[in-house]
Amino acid sequence: MDENLVLLTIIGMAVVTYLPRLIPLLALSGKTLPPAIVAWLRHVPPAVLAAMLLPALLFKDGELAFGSDNLFFWAAIPTFAAAILTKSLFIPVIVGMLVVIVGRLFGG
Amino acid sequence: MTENRRLKVKDNTRPWLRGVIAALPIMLGYLPVGFAYGVLAQKAGLSTLNTMLMSMIVFAGSAQLIAVGLVANGIGPLTIILTAFVVNLRHLLFSAAIFPHLTHWRKRELAVFASELTDETFALHSTRFEREQVEKSEAFAINIVSHITWVLGGWLGVVAGQLVVEIEPLALDYVLPAMFIGLLVMQIKSRTQVWVALLAGTASVAFLLLGFNQWHVIIATMIGATFGAWIDGWTRI
Repeated sequence: MDENLVLLTIIGMAVVTYLPRLIPLLALSGKTLPPAIVAWLRHVPPAVLAAMLLPALLFKDGELAFGSDNLFFWAAIPTFAAAILTKSLFIPVIVGMLVVIVGRLFGG
Repeated sequence: MTENRRLKVKDNTRPWLRGVIAALPIMLGYLPVGFAYGVLAQKAGLSTLNTMLMSMIVFAGSAQLIAVGLVANGIGPLTIILTAFVVNLRHLLFSAAIFPHLTHWRKRELAVFASELTDETFALHSTRFEREQVEKSEAFAINIVSHITWVLGGWLGVVAGQLVVEIEPLALDYVLPAMFIGLLVMQIKSRTQVWVALLAGTASVAFLLLGFNQWHVIIATMIGATFGAWIDGWTRI
């Protein structure tokens, strides 16, 4: 693709990416939402985190994988345990990384 | 609702520095993904300037990786823009869900904040806003250092893409999944939300298996949140 066309494509991508990020914030700014909507929105963060996370843990090369080769899935178990026990962010990250490092060292 | 708002005792760390520290996992995770993007953009034939520009003004990892893949395959601009739009529609949910915490912000502050709302910054912000008092400078610091790291990672991919860099043994690719695990656990404040997360996660996997490639996160989130709101309403009666 011609570099100028790439540039236009990038600008187009920036616009269609920015608008969904911006419009709800601006449109809702200064407004009081009905309690039902607020209650719904309060469940969005855990729902969306789980919806993004679970496929990352369970899919390997585009397929569901629970075998020993899916290190991301197995490492998630001690990582979840560390997160629940410590309620911190850094400790589960370190635990998860260590498990994956060790798994790769010994898993070939 | 069992709100457990823990207003942490302020420590003496400057707010922006607290933001930088909080963003460390994002930075660690963005470097290798940004690097991969830079390498692929270079291979797809993008100029260095355009490669960097995309990281600066789009700042959306999966959309950028998909876009360079499409460029490499000779796909036209309109398809690429439309794909980016669909892939990034989930940001609507981020923006709406973060809004209740930012009601006192000025519009231009919201406009700047929105430009750096990614999966990872949203995940971090939504957890922190819920748990403690977060200063504006702290929130912006998280966004800015995440963005800088993303651009830096892309640049390293461009200039060092030829070098074979073995990052796999360092498990840097597990930083972001592990961070999401930590954030998800912090987010869950009631038994209902355990079920919300399980339902949304399972639905997301199911929709992905059914072939809803870009829509699975949005649909699953709406199912999970609707279920949670329904249970809340039901248990209140």
